[in-house]
Amino acid sequence: MENSPAPSLLEARGISKSFGAVRALQEVDFTLRAGEIHALLGENGAGKSTLIKAITGVFPRDAGVIRISGEEVAPRSAKAALQAGIATVYQEVNLLPNLSVAQNLFLDRQPMRLGIVREAEMRRRAKALLGGFGLDIDVSAPLGSYSVAVQHVTAIARAVDLSARVLILDEPTASLDRHEVEILFDIMRQLAGRGIGIVFVSHFLDQVYEISDCITVLRNGRLVGQRETASLPRLELIRMMLGRELAETTSVRAATGEHQAREVCASFEGYGKAGYVAPFNLELRHGEVVGLAGLLGSGRTETARLVFGAERADRGQAKVEGEPVRLLSPRDGVRHGFGYCPEERKTDGIVAELTVRENIVLALQAKRGLHRPLSRREQDEIASRYVKMLDIRPPDPERPVGLLSGGNQQKVLLARWLATSPRLLVLDEPTRGIDVGAHAEIIRLIRELCDDGLALLVISSELDEIVTYSDRVVVLRDRAHVDELTGEAIDISNILAAIAADSAVVAHEGRA
Amino acid sequence: MTALLPRRGLAQILALIVILAVDRVVSPQFFDLRLQDGRLFGSLIDVLNRGTPVALLSLGMVLVIATRGIDLSVGAVMAISGAIAASLADSHGLPVVLAAALGAGLVCGLWNGFLVSVLGMQPIVATLILMVAGRGIAQLITEGRIVTFSSPDLVWLGNGSILGVPVPVAIALGMLILTGAVVRGSALGLLIEATGGNARASELAGVGTRAMILAVYVWCGVCAALAGVIAAADIMGADANNAGLWLELDAILAVVIGGTSLFGGRFSLVLAVLGALIIQTMNTGILLSGYPPEFNLLVKAVVVLAVLLLQSPKLSGFSGVVARLRRAKA
Repeated sequence: MENSPAPSLLEARGISKSFGAVRALQEVDFTLRAGEIHALLGENGAGKSTLIKAITGVFPRDAGVIRISGEEVAPRSAKAALQAGIATVYQEVNLLPNLSVAQNLFLDRQPMRLGIVREAEMRRRAKALLGGFGLDIDVSAPLGSYSVAVQHVTAIARAVDLSARVLILDEPTASLDRHEVEILFDIMRQLAGRGIGIVFVSHFLDQVYEISDCITVLRNGRLVGQRETASLPRLELIRMMLGRELAETTSVRAATGEHQAREVCASFEGYGKAGYVAPFNLELRHGEVVGLAGLLGSGRTETARLVFGAERADRGQAKVEGEPVRLLSPRDGVRHGFGYCPEERKTDGIVAELTVRENIVLALQAKRGLHRPLSRREQDEIASRYVKMLDIRPPDPERPVGLLSGGNQQKVLLARWLATSPRLLVLDEPTRGIDVGAHAEIIRLIRELCDDGLALLVISSELDEIVTYSDRVVVLRDRAHVDELTGEAIDISNILAAIAADSAVVAHEGRA
Repeated sequence: MTALLPRRGLAQILALIVILAVDRVVSPQFFDLRLQDGRLFGSLIDVLNRGTPVALLSLGMVLVIATRGIDLSVGAVMAISGAIAASLADSHGLPVVLAAALGAGLVCGLWNGFLVSVLGMQPIVATLILMVAGRGIAQLITEGRIVTFSSPDLVWLGNGSILGVPVPVAIALGMLILTGAVVRGSALGLLIEATGGNARASELAGVGTRAMILAVYVWCGVCAALAGVIAAADIMGADANNAGLWLELDAILAVVIGGTSLFGGRFSLVLAVLGALIIQTMNTGILLSGYPPEFNLLVKAVVVLAVLLLQSPKLSGFSGVVARLRRAKA
C-alpha cells in the first residue's frame, strides 16, 4: 500500500506518551513529505510540543515508531535527532547569545588547523552561509545583539548546514513583526524548494494559511486529522481544533430570560489594559455561568486575570454588588470574594510541597490575615470537609499535594477557594489535563456551585463543555470581546461562526 | 502544635550525639560542669555560649531561606551593630545602646527586604551589597579603630549569668521561643512556607508575599544585630574588621544542616538552632583535641556531608524519610 504521491520524509506512527496518569499523546500518526511545509496545530495541551519532543528524543516515548526516509530511527537526545537529520528551532532560540554569530553557527565543529580555531575562515564561511539566506550582517558581533528574527535565521542556518532534512519550527513567528515574518517565510519556501521538510507550529491561523501546504490538528493528545491546507475551510479547521464531536449539544441550562432576573454580582465597564486585552463590558450574575470561548491567545486568560485582579487594568470601572472597587492585586480580588483557579496548576496553583490541608486553607488564611490563624483543629475540619465533599483521593489531608493526580489537584484548588465562601469563581481551563472521570465530576461541580448562587466565569477550549454549562458565552478574538451569545443561541456552530466570522474579516482587512 | 523536636530531626540529633561522643573521647572532661561565682562552667556551657551568635543568625536566616531567599549580609550587620553598641556603651544607658544597635539591624533588614521584595532583585546579589558595604559602614563608625568600652551593663550582656546560665545563652533561648511563638502562633509560618514553596501560586491565593518577604529580612537583620551586640559585649570591644566575619556562611550551614532546603518551603527553627550547636560542638571539640584549628574546616565539611546524606530521600531506610512515609500511609 506504499504508493503515496510524494515520498514521506518523516513518518511517525502510533506515538504515545503518558506523564503519570495523564495521557499526553495517544497513538498519534504524523507524516511529513519532502519539500512540504506542514503546520501542526492545536490548543494548549493538545500535545504539539509533546509530539515534537517525542520525535526529537527529548524524552522517551512510550510507544510508536519513527522513520526517516523509510529507515527506522530512535533518537535518544536532541543531538542524536540532529544526527538523524531532524533539527528543532524553539521559540526561545536555543543558541548562545554571548557568543558571536559565527561561533554559534560553527559551535562544536569550528574549522581547525593544528588545534587552533581558524577565526577568519570561520567568519568567511559564516558570512557565506548567512548570505545564502539573504542576511548580510557582522558575523563577529554577539548573537544576542541582534533581533530575534536574525537569531531565528541563524538557528535555522545552523540546522540546515548540519544537513538537517527535517526542520521543526516551534512558534517561530510569535515575537516577530510583519516584515520579519515575511523574511522568515521566504526562507522557509526556499528551504522547502530544496526538498527539506518543515514542521511549522503556530497559533496564527492567517500565517498557517499563507505558508503551509498541509495541516495536522491535535486535540487532547489525539490526532484529529491531517488535511491539505487548500481544501480545508477555516471554519472547519477551527471546528477540528475546538469541537469534540459535532453533536449539536445545546445549553442544558436553557434559562432564557431567567438570568435577567438574577442579581448582578460583579460588573466591568470599559475594563481593559493597553496591549493586553481591549476594553470590554462584562456582567457576572449570581447563579450564572459565563463561558469564555476563543482560540489560544485570543485574550481568554487575560480577561480572567483582569477580572480577578492578578493583572491591573489601566482603564474602566469594576463594581462588586454595585459598589465601585479597585482591583490592584490578587489580594484585592480575594478581599472582594473572588477566587481564581489558574490554567497552569503546577506553577500558579498548588504549592506542591505542602499538604492537601495546607493548600486548602491557604486562601482562607490569607484572607483572614496573619493575626487570626486558623487553629489546627479548624484546619483539619475544613480540610476533611472538602476532601469528603469533592471526593479528593486519596482522602488523606496530610499528603503533599504534589503527589496527587491532576484532577485531584484541581479539586484541592477548588476547595481552597470554596473555603473562602466566594461570590465569584474564575476557572481557567478547569478540566485541562484531567482524566475522563474527574472531568465529568468537575463539570458537575461547576453546575452545583452555580445552583448555590455563585457567579462563575469559566474558560475552556472544549466547546461542547462550554455549551453544556454556560448561561452566556462571550466569544473572544485577537484580544477583544467580539460577541456574546445567550440562551438558545448557545451552540457550537454559533460559537465557531463567531470566532471564524471575525477572523475572516480580519484576514480580509489584513490583505487589503 | 508540632512537637519541640519534629520527627524529621532524627538525623540532626544523631549527628549531635555522635559528635558529642567523639568530643568525650578527645577530652574526657567534656561533660564536666561546675558552679563558680553563681555561673556554670564547662565545655558544654562553652559550646552553648560560643554557639550563641550563629544560633541567633540562624533564627533569622532560616526564615529568609524558607522564602527561597538568602541573606549574606548578616556578618556585616553584626559588625555594624557591634560598632554602634561599643561606641555608645560608655556614654549612654543600656536601653539606648540596645535600641540604637537593634534599630540599625532593623534598617539593614528593611534595606535588604526592599531590594528583594519591592525591586525584585535576586536575594544573593541584593544582600551581597550590604555584605560588602556594611563592613565599610562599621569601619566608619569605629573610625578604623577597635573601640573598647567598660560599661558594666553591656559587659554583663556578654559575660553575666542568670540563674547560673550565661546571659547570651538565655537570650538565644528567649529569641528562639519568641520567634517560634510569633511564627507558629500566627499564620506566618504557613504563609512563609507557602511563599517559599511557590511564590506565584501563593500570591494568586491572596497571600501578601511581598510584605512577608520584607518581614523576614527585617527579622533577620534584628537577629544579626543582637548577635553583633553579644559578640561585642563578649570581648568588651568592637572590631569592625573581624566581628561576624564569615559567620553568614556558618548561619547558612546551620540552616541547611537543620534540614531547610535552599529552595525554600518547609523550615524548622529548632533544627536550625540545633544545626548551629552541631557546628559549635565540632569547633569546640577540635579546639580541645589540640589539633590545629585548620582541621576544623575539613571536619566541618565531612560532618555537613554526612548530615545531608542522612537527610537524603535517596538513602532510604533512615530517619525522617521513613517516618514521614509511614505517616503518609497511615
